[in-house]
Amino acid sequence: MADLSLSNVRKAFGAFNVLHGIDLKIEDGEFVVFVGPSGCGKSTLLRAIAGLEDISGGDIRIGGEIVNHVPPAERQIAMVFQSYALYPHMDVYTNMAFGLKFAKIPKDEIDRRVRKAASILKLDAVLDRKPGALSGGQRQRVAIGRAIVRQPKVFLFDEPLSNLDAALRVNTRIEIAKLHRELGATMIYVTHDQVEAMTLADKIVVLNAGRIEQVGTPLDLYHAPANLFVAGFIGSPAMNLMEARVIALENGHLKLSVGEQHISLPYSGAPVAPGATVTVGIRPEHWIPGDGPSVKIEGTVDLVEHLGETSIVYLRLADGQMITVRYPGDIFCTAGDRFVADAPAAAVHLFDAAGQAMLGRRSGPAYGILGQEFRAR
Amino acid sequence: MKRLAKTVALTLLKIVVVFYTIFPFYWAIVSSFKSGAALFSVDFFPAIDLTNYRDLLTNGNFLRNILNSAIVAVSVVTLSLIFAITSAYALGKMKFRGRGIVLAGILGASMFPQIVVLSGLFGTIRWLGLYNSLGSLVLSYMIFSLPFTVWVMTSFIRQIPAELEDAARMDGCSTWAMIWQIYFPLLAPALASTGLLAFIASWNEFLFALTFTLSDTVRTVPVGLALISGSSRFELPFGTIMAASVIVTVPLILLVLIFQRRIVSGLTAGAVK
Amino acid sequence: MMAETAPQSSWVKRIEPWLLLAPMLIVLATVTAWPLARTAYLSFMHASLDDGDLPRFIGFGNYLALMKDGDWWHAVRNTAFFAVISVTLETLAGVAIALLIDSQIKGRGALRAVMLIPWAIPTVVSAQMWQWMLHDQYGVVNALLIKLGFISHGIAWTAGAGTAMAAIIAVDVWQTTPFMVLLILAGLQIIPRDLYEAAKVDGAPGWAQFFYITLPLLWPTLAVAILFRLLDAVRMFDLAYVLSSKSRETATISIYARQQLVDFQDVGYGSAVAMLVFLMISLVAAVYIQVTKIRLISE
Repeated sequence: MADLSLSNVRKAFGAFNVLHGIDLKIEDGEFVVFVGPSGCGKSTLLRAIAGLEDISGGDIRIGGEIVNHVPPAERQIAMVFQSYALYPHMDVYTNMAFGLKFAKIPKDEIDRRVRKAASILKLDAVLDRKPGALSGGQRQRVAIGRAIVRQPKVFLFDEPLSNLDAALRVNTRIEIAKLHRELGATMIYVTHDQVEAMTLADKIVVLNAGRIEQVGTPLDLYHAPANLFVAGFIGSPAMNLMEARVIALENGHLKLSVGEQHISLPYSGAPVAPGATVTVGIRPEHWIPGDGPSVKIEGTVDLVEHLGETSIVYLRLADGQMITVRYPGDIFCTAGDRFVADAPAAAVHLFDAAGQAMLGRRSGPAYGILGQEFRAR
Repeated sequence: MKRLAKTVALTLLKIVVVFYTIFPFYWAIVSSFKSGAALFSVDFFPAIDLTNYRDLLTNGNFLRNILNSAIVAVSVVTLSLIFAITSAYALGKMKFRGRGIVLAGILGASMFPQIVVLSGLFGTIRWLGLYNSLGSLVLSYMIFSLPFTVWVMTSFIRQIPAELEDAARMDGCSTWAMIWQIYFPLLAPALASTGLLAFIASWNEFLFALTFTLSDTVRTVPVGLALISGSSRFELPFGTIMAASVIVTVPLILLVLIFQRRIVSGLTAGAVK
Repeated sequence: MMAETAPQSSWVKRIEPWLLLAPMLIVLATVTAWPLARTAYLSFMHASLDDGDLPRFIGFGNYLALMKDGDWWHAVRNTAFFAVISVTLETLAGVAIALLIDSQIKGRGALRAVMLIPWAIPTVVSAQMWQWMLHDQYGVVNALLIKLGFISHGIAWTAGAGTAMAAIIAVDVWQTTPFMVLLILAGLQIIPRDLYEAAKVDGAPGWAQFFYITLPLLWPTLAVAILFRLLDAVRMFDLAYVLSSKSRETATISIYARQQLVDFQDVGYGSAVAMLVFLMISLVAAVYIQVTKIRLISE
């Protein structure tokens, strides 16, 4: 097992920069997920770690050693591909043994490893079949088995679940989490699916346009997004982001004008000048009335969606901005009704004109306050 | 009613097309079974008379010509495919400067009129001591076989997903192992269709075979067939010619019908994107 | 064991593709580039094996003589006529037959198989087959035409001045239309069927579907198929050689070139002819690719 570190890793295709100096430290045994929209460079970064892509600058270290010019097969890593990339003309056994043959591992050792992996992954019965004769889930497990038998220091996964149907995806996700616990290996996992990211990761790395936007635990990213990009990217339905203007900063409170209404927030950050533009962020699921200090915004109901376990209300503010409110259970209102949305002040995020979070890292209560509110009801 | 009329009209049209397509070959078969005076009567279902075939097969040269054609075509196909698979890997899977120029050159070569190199190639073949030997044909047929096989194999190899190559790299495959252990088996069907087409082209070639060979024993079938003549100016050897045509063509047609799908995919791989 | 390998690996990477291409490029150069250069060189020489003179440089002498050579220009006209008429007929027939085959699922496979037969027959064989069918006294074509009362006595199709070229074109159309049909069928298959359904919903009649959907979407395939056929037609040799044995009425530029080179042993003059053939074919290909804007190399 090994840790992995990237320092100032850059990648350019011709004049086009795909990665602009990535710095990242991944601890031994950690499960790290790279997320980001398509084209953000997450796959390129993974392929650079694998050695499938030459980097244009910077250093990649695995277990402390620089591997920039080490060929992929000698980096002590294994990769599971999106399309599985099983060799169609070889049976399952040969697929798993293929790489070990090149590593000049003795035959009986290869056999032992392949059979052990097959039994962990319940592939014993299909070892002599060709990939074409396997189900999607089995193919996926062969791809994982091919990685396990190499006993790598680092596992790389490139969107491994995206070709599976929904039910199988949940199962395999749980399998991968279990595998990580059992092997204790360092794993890096690329996905664009935030549910996979939130459920699997010890640490999430959010990438956008070739840069790291934020690194943190899943709950860090959810509760304390460092900037507008992360705030909008993590969470579904996406966080409401409302344009606002600063009216005044007095008595530790920030007075803002949002959608032609005034709200007031407790504020202890750097001073802001009246007239500055900021963005107020509140997650749709955080519009829950409570006893403490709160933020109220009034609008007209545009549309209500009833999903059974939740109801989603789309509100139009006086200046035309839309906000989404998600309530547990049913809510009874119809299009055209006046509606007051109410959220605890602790659930409000604030971003400056450059898109950076202004309230800093939300402290303890912010994480739990909403949960407690529920329990109190 | 209207629909029925349309179906009938379409079916009739198809029958006409099929008749037009097949009749000349049918007539060749029919004529090959006629000898003597029967040949000169228009008779669509004659008695089967094997005289022409017996004449042909007892005259040693024809069998020799078939063997020559087979030797040449098999050699051309084997060599072209070996060269094509490594080239196709380089052109289809590697990024390097000059790739576009090589591809354009190959495309240009595939449009090359054979007559243009006749005098130049004649010199080369003389110099290599290949004149009037099958080797001259194997070498000269590369002019159409090689660009074609490389082009088609390149478009086939491109259809193989890139992740497979990544996986093999992770498994420690060298480029050489990649070509022969991963791509070669995967491309087997493509090699079969490309090889078949190259085989047919070599089997049918006429201009070089006519020019670079001289004696009856090194001639290939098309030349032999074109030069069959009667023993006198007034004898019409069409019975024999038709028998020879049938013998030469039937294996090709069987091959083509058996590997129909492969041939169509090979034909279209280079042309339809 | 994970020691850094020197960055020489990038140097290996750079020459690796060329190593893989080398055997193919060397063979290809031996049979195309080098002979082409030699033909070009010979075309500026007086090099006749007939008169026993040593080859000598005569500049553009051969080319100037060619410009005044009536037989050469006749061959050029023959070739152009043959290429334009036969490719046009093959394209029209090819589209029609492909649409016919594509119109119903039933029998599609069988018809496609039938189409492969003329294509697989060696040109020399089809030339001989048709020569026999078109024979002036015993040919089945004349026999049928006489029986039907169209003509009173047999026509010497492959020998007559007016009919020889027509016969050659007919045989070529018979032999190569199937190739067009196969390519066009493949091209038709990549047109999404729901486009036709959308057109039907929009109320477009059959002819409009053909001109507004089929033809534009088929064009890339068709353009490439026509190019292949055109280049084949311009360099046609075997069909005319066997069918009407080098008569002036049907000699193509390829036949004329070989006649000079092999039959008359005039290597210098023949090479000049060959060079002009090369230039003409390159010109045809270049103009065609320019006009149709087809992209043969995808990056």
